Amino acid sequence: MKTIRRRIMLAAILALFLLGLLFPNPHPHFWWQKIPVFDIFFGFFGSILLIVFAKWLGHNWLLKDKDYYNND
Amino acid sequence: MINLPPAFIYIIGALLIPLIRVRRLQQAVALLIPVLAMATLLRMPQGVYWQVQFLDYELILGRVDKLSLLFAYIFVIISFISMIYAIHIKEMGQHVAAYLYVGSTLGVVFAGDLFSLFFFWEIMAAASVFLIWYNKTPTSLMAGFRYAMVHLFGGAILLGGIVMHISSTGSIAFNPFDLSTLAAKFILFGFLINAAVPPLHAWLPDAYPEGTITGSVFMTAFTTKSAVYVLARSFAGTEILVWLGAIMAVYGVIYAIIEKDIRRLLSYHIVSQVGYMVCAVGLGSEMALNGAGAHAFCHIIYKAVLFMGMGAVIQVTGRRNILDLKGRNLYRKMPITLVLYMVGAFSISAVPLFNGFVSKTMIVAAAGYGHRPVIELMLHLASVGTFLSVGLKLPWGVWFGKPDGSEDEIADVKEPPLNMQIGMGLGALLCVITGIFPQTLYKLLPYEVHFHPYAPSHVVASLQLLLLTLAGFCIYIDKLMAGKKSISLDTDWFYRIFGWTVLLFCRYPLNRFRNLVQLAFADKTEIAARLSKHPYALLEIVWYALIGQEKSMTELLQRTYNEKDYRVPIGIGVCASLIFLFLYALIYMRVAG
Repeated sequence: MKTIRRRIMLAAILALFLLGLLFPNPHPHFWWQKIPVFDIFFGFFGSILLIVFAKWLGHNWLLKDKDYYNND
Repeated sequence: MINLPPAFIYIIGALLIPLIRVRRLQQAVALLIPVLAMATLLRMPQGVYWQVQFLDYELILGRVDKLSLLFAYIFVIISFISMIYAIHIKEMGQHVAAYLYVGSTLGVVFAGDLFSLFFFWEIMAAASVFLIWYNKTPTSLMAGFRYAMVHLFGGAILLGGIVMHISSTGSIAFNPFDLSTLAAKFILFGFLINAAVPPLHAWLPDAYPEGTITGSVFMTAFTTKSAVYVLARSFAGTEILVWLGAIMAVYGVIYAIIEKDIRRLLSYHIVSQVGYMVCAVGLGSEMALNGAGAHAFCHIIYKAVLFMGMGAVIQVTGRRNILDLKGRNLYRKMPITLVLYMVGAFSISAVPLFNGFVSKTMIVAAAGYGHRPVIELMLHLASVGTFLSVGLKLPWGVWFGKPDGSEDEIADVKEPPLNMQIGMGLGALLCVITGIFPQTLYKLLPYEVHFHPYAPSHVVASLQLLLLTLAGFCIYIDKLMAGKKSISLDTDWFYRIFGWTVLLFCRYPLNRFRNLVQLAFADKTEIAARLSKHPYALLEIVWYALIGQEKSMTELLQRTYNEKDYRVPIGIGVCASLIFLFLYALIYMRVAG
């Protein structure tokens, strides 16, 4: 089951990769918009970056015990 | 023909509702008010109406143009949908508060002068706080107080700015401001508090999760979006807003990733999404302002759907934390809510065919046309985070989730009442309609739209972004679901700790000071008290001091007044009065003679 899902996922990524090559951005404003599959990398690394950074921030600083403000 | 400003339709309606004693009739009136308001809006041609002379100034209660109409339409639509969602509530006070809130927001939208703007601005804050307090828990009470204090503070700053503006320019017209003046800076500050721009945003994720289930749905729509409206009206093209908005968009996303309280998570995504709008207002181009308006329109709908969905979950389960909901397979018991929530989630994530796609991408494209590489990337990154939290983490945690064996059973889980489903359904329907037929929305925007969201390259790029976000989510799924119940620190820390410090200061150092003062004055006040009981003692003290006889003062004061000690024969009194009479006669004759 898990391998099937993984294969579907990979197939979908591959399909979008090819579609990205087929339909490049006709009006790029920045250099990265000229890369046809830029969003594949941006989505993947962006999400990982966000998760890792937010978790790190939460763990080391932002998350406190739920009684934090109730100390009398 | 125009008769009554839409704001007053709501305000008068709100005051009428409690007078009706038949419940069905009450409900009918509650639903009729938005319909009346919409009918008024549709008959309102552009122009300026309802000018009222007030002191030496002219108040304008109806400045009608495309921008104000766009916001008014969506406010009325969402008030109708939210009222359907809330119609089962028996406590009429909640409806009254909600409609006062909606009415005052419409007042803000149509205000053409600063006085009426401020007037409605304050009612908005005062009415909405009741939507928090009606939740009637200790936490909501405290959160409501913090909410009220932040907004009253913001209102005071705004008023300060308005007064300075009027005294320097002599005009009360609500038009674009020149940011170089101090008055404009104050006004901007007041607006930014309501727009929840960090670091002034903490009231939002603090208060919205504590509101009533239906009240929070109202709150998501009005306060922040009316702030976006006034910013677009008066501070379009202000550079600082570009950066504040982009930071906001990413800020909210980062907090949402670590958040486990379901409505607080969504609240951080209000901050994030309003960031797009604030950024667009700062960019100031026609395309960007169109984007801000369009995104406000779409955001109000899908955010209401999301809050309705999560509200339904809280209503039927009584739980509000992902950690208490995951792994219970709620999707089996509330599939309709799940589907409708997902429509909202796909909309906020800008999935093609859903409404976020036709509005959010317009703002990102406007950043491109404005040659803002960093801004464009920040907004792009926020899109990734939006899908990650609202589109994946939240529904997975609430409705699915891997059971680890420690889950308890939640009793009696079923779909929420029919009216709540209808409310969600209408919202979701609007999300899809505006997503598939963007022209229906684009026609309402203030400027002509030259933007085609459904260009193939654009659709493909969006799908790439979303799919790979899903891939990233799958890799970190356990990490995102793990954790223990905790709270996240935000900038409310400053005033909460400040408030706590003030309390401690009062309790200890200030109290000690009071004790010192009390001790120092205690014996003095005692002497004064005794003297007042026995005033003759004062004379005696003076007398003994004069003749040099040693007499203890305390001893003199210890004695209580005893009239026998001071009794004298009556003749002395008569003699004294005769002497006074004689003296009086003498003086009288000298003066008269």
